[in-house]
Amino acid sequence: MTTHQAVRWVVKPPLFALSLLPFARLARAMLGLAGLAGLERFAGELGADPLQTITNDTGVWALRFLCLTLAITPVRRLTGWHPIIRLRRMLGLFAFFYGSLHLLIFIVFDRLAGMGFPSLLAASTYGALVRSVGGEVIKRPYITVGFASWAMMLALAATSTAGMIRRLGGRRWQALHRAVYAAAAAGVLHYWWSVKADVRRPAAYGAVVAVLLALRFAWWLARARAWRRSSARAGAPRSVGF
Amino acid sequence: MLIKPPADIRSSEITDKKVYLNRRQFMRAAAGTAVAAGGVLGAGRWLNAQQPAPHGRKLEAKKSPFSTTETPNSWEHITTYNNYYEFGTDKSDPAIYARNFKPPEPWTVTIEGECAKKGPLHLEDILKGVTLEERIYRHRCVEAWSMVIPWVGFPLGDFLKKLEPTSRAKFVEFTTLYDPRRMPGEAQPILDWPYVEGLRMDEALHPLTILAVGLYGEVLPNQNGAPLRLVVPWKYGFKGIKAITKIRFTERQPLNTWQKAAPNEYGFYANVNPNVDHPRWSQARERRLPSLFQNRKTEMFNGYADQVASLYAGMDLRKNF
Repeated sequence: MTTHQAVRWVVKPPLFALSLLPFARLARAMLGLAGLAGLERFAGELGADPLQTITNDTGVWALRFLCLTLAITPVRRLTGWHPIIRLRRMLGLFAFFYGSLHLLIFIVFDRLAGMGFPSLLAASTYGALVRSVGGEVIKRPYITVGFASWAMMLALAATSTAGMIRRLGGRRWQALHRAVYAAAAAGVLHYWWSVKADVRRPAAYGAVVAVLLALRFAWWLARARAWRRSSARAGAPRSVGF
Repeated sequence: MLIKPPADIRSSEITDKKVYLNRRQFMRAAAGTAVAAGGVLGAGRWLNAQQPAPHGRKLEAKKSPFSTTETPNSWEHITTYNNYYEFGTDKSDPAIYARNFKPPEPWTVTIEGECAKKGPLHLEDILKGVTLEERIYRHRCVEAWSMVIPWVGFPLGDFLKKLEPTSRAKFVEFTTLYDPRRMPGEAQPILDWPYVEGLRMDEALHPLTILAVGLYGEVLPNQNGAPLRLVVPWKYGFKGIKAITKIRFTERQPLNTWQKAAPNEYGFYANVNPNVDHPRWSQARERRLPSLFQNRKTEMFNGYADQVASLYAGMDLRKNF
């Protein structure tokens, strides 16, 4: 078995299961809260303010997976262990997964709840919901950047398949997927602007994202200099990939 | 080396207490950032199992007509979900870090300012002859969650009158204990310590306003502001200053800590008002914990409009938020 295959069949499945663990714990507690037989005792894990717990946890895990995703390439370059690239898409999709849960919680337990849980069968509900969510996205800057982060992750998730890489072509796909940097930065800003006074945790994530981006910028700079030097000799333009 | 007798030491040579304590704050802030980084991984929550407050000494308290008939939240929730940044900024922090809080004994409240009876008062003297009451109040946090809390306390107004405030006393200012060794959160410059709050004189004298010393018929747990805290049920919870060590009568409106931290978000009056949004979120609705969603419409003055609306007749509550 090659190392690539080993990563795909031996490392990825348990990592997948591990990545689902935060969701599984939250789901178990939520089902307990809903009164599902046998799971009531887990409801207490959500504490006195279940909405705050599930909102915060899903958001933080989205940010953590974004950081892990951004860390793959630096680790790959620093260790020379290339097969690790096989984990990047999965980690990125988990960031999108937790980000989507985070948004869904807002839509259901904040917006729909505020409207009194109107019937999902009525068409008017959806118009009102779009206006309600859209209103908050426009009115509250921290929600604007949060929504922007999710929208970018949506685009990346939708174009994450091998088929999509082929359809878009390597260069265009590469350019589109650089949006992950913006998604991470917007995510940090969303977190930072949502806290009342203690910015230490958002700042910690900001520092992590900044370091990961700085590394890539440094490598890009080195590549750009090497290209300029070599093209000065060869006289032909060459592409500089990230 | 000559060891000077105390009388020869000039006051200028004595390091101001606040400066002396502050020199360690940088170190603690640095350590705190490392702890926050650990908090990024949720280490704190894993290492410290969440425990409700231990039960304390029972208090004799008579019932009050000011109590609501709504069902109070559980002891577990009231003592494990606290905004008390002196012990950490996570809601679960005070239950963990205030567990070993050793208040200075005897607890002393210093009275200052525009009144006749200035000076230090011990808590036992403050409580001498006071009939404690059970006050079951709605508690509305500015973060749009609420609880019903069965406090044990006594009217602030009765106590203030004993201090004989002069006609120059237009406001009352309260200050929390400042001791970063006992309250580790004060070593982090999250807020400008010590915590300060204030009330207009008529708000302070209002029969709803109480100083609380207990919860659920027992002595107040540390994480809820032991041994003495303020409760003003028609205002946002951050007005309920905890661990009070100073009360000052002033002519000028006090600058309360949250207003100092973010003046466009938190004001002096902080009356619960569904019509005046926080800049970042709406105040029109709230979730009555442990509800999962904003299941209640927020009421003007937290449902105490009948008792307090007259205090603000003619006031622009959007400007004076």
